[in-house]
Amino acid sequence: MIDALEIGDDCLVLSQRLAEWVTRAPTLEEDVALANLSLDLLGQARALLSRAGDEDDLAYLRGASGFRNCLLVEQPNTDFAHTIVRHLLYAGFLFELYAAHPEDEVAAKGVKELAYHRDYAALWTSRLGRGTEESHRRATEALTALWPFTDELFEGHQDLRAPWQSWVTEVLEGAALPVPAVAQRTGGRRGQHTAHLTSLLTELQGLHRDHAGATW
Amino acid sequence: MTPAEPPDAGQARAEEGVRMTLDEARAVAAGVPDPELPVVTLADLGILRDVLPRDDGGVEVVITPTYSGCPAMDAIRDDIRRALPGATVTTVLSPPWTTEWITEEGRAKLREHGISPPGRVVSLAPPTRAEPAGVCCPRCGSGRVRLVSRYGSTACKALYTCAACLEPFDHVKEI
Repeated sequence: MIDALEIGDDCLVLSQRLAEWVTRAPTLEEDVALANLSLDLLGQARALLSRAGDEDDLAYLRGASGFRNCLLVEQPNTDFAHTIVRHLLYAGFLFELYAAHPEDEVAAKGVKELAYHRDYAALWTSRLGRGTEESHRRATEALTALWPFTDELFEGHQDLRAPWQSWVTEVLEGAALPVPAVAQRTGGRRGQHTAHLTSLLTELQGLHRDHAGATW
Repeated sequence: MTPAEPPDAGQARAEEGVRMTLDEARAVAAGVPDPELPVVTLADLGILRDVLPRDDGGVEVVITPTYSGCPAMDAIRDDIRRALPGATVTTVLSPPWTTEWITEEGRAKLREHGISPPGRVVSLAPPTRAEPAGVCCPRCGSGRVRLVSRYGSTACKALYTCAACLEPFDHVKEI
């Protein structure tokens, strides 16, 4: 069964991160693409969080320690390479999770969307890895910074690690990006987050805190 | 483009106090234009799933989103309620929407309006780097096209450029 709170929080937090690119992505096409990725995840977050409780209360009224998202999705955008590598690692995982749960209506719909997310991230990872010296350096830095958060994805989902690993390894090899040997960090699923989540929530929840109950 | 009745017919008839038959209600709901692609109707896109009688004599209209985050859903619900006053609108996610549900008429209308309709869905998860086969320029018909971005003006469309007539165009992605 898909944990509606954990995966709903993953989708909400990653959606917010991607939305931070809107109006400031490297090109207009990527601005639009990142906004669309964000929108898909927001739709999935709403359906999952509504299953866990009241979607608005869950999004706007919890502090960081109440969130159950994995640490990977709350990591900052930093640059386009970090955003792409984070999406490669997470969309690769979410695609496998959704594909493993065809009986779940959010997953059955989401898997088709995630197939495009995965593809988008893989194509850009390849371009960045095999592009210029600078793009390769940035992609390498992103992978080193984000790989430590990959073990946590498979807490409770060990069966998904092998198919994920095989796909991610193939993409990274094709992009000439070696998997770094770095120590792993976990804690998000238990509410122990990095400071990045607090600043993300400050922005996400700011309007509601200043104007509780405001409607559009 | 030629619904059995214009979308506001339901409202006009409700004001006249005339009770519509279920078939009439179906035709009205089917003819409501999509807010983002107004050249096609909800029925053309396969978004309209059902129109059911309610116990109290009213109707329930069942719709499904194209993508999970489709921002047009609120507008679609409002448009249906405007066309069919008193109707309840229910949203379902299952079975998940597929471009296979876009009717032949809908595909023709998209093409006429410069949007390349989707090809056949071959697999659930297209293999990475697979370019959709058979995409043609909706303006000049050339098959010499280039994918610019997998995400266009909405999540359901990709952006292409035609190498023959040099025009950019949207293509509804197979899903």
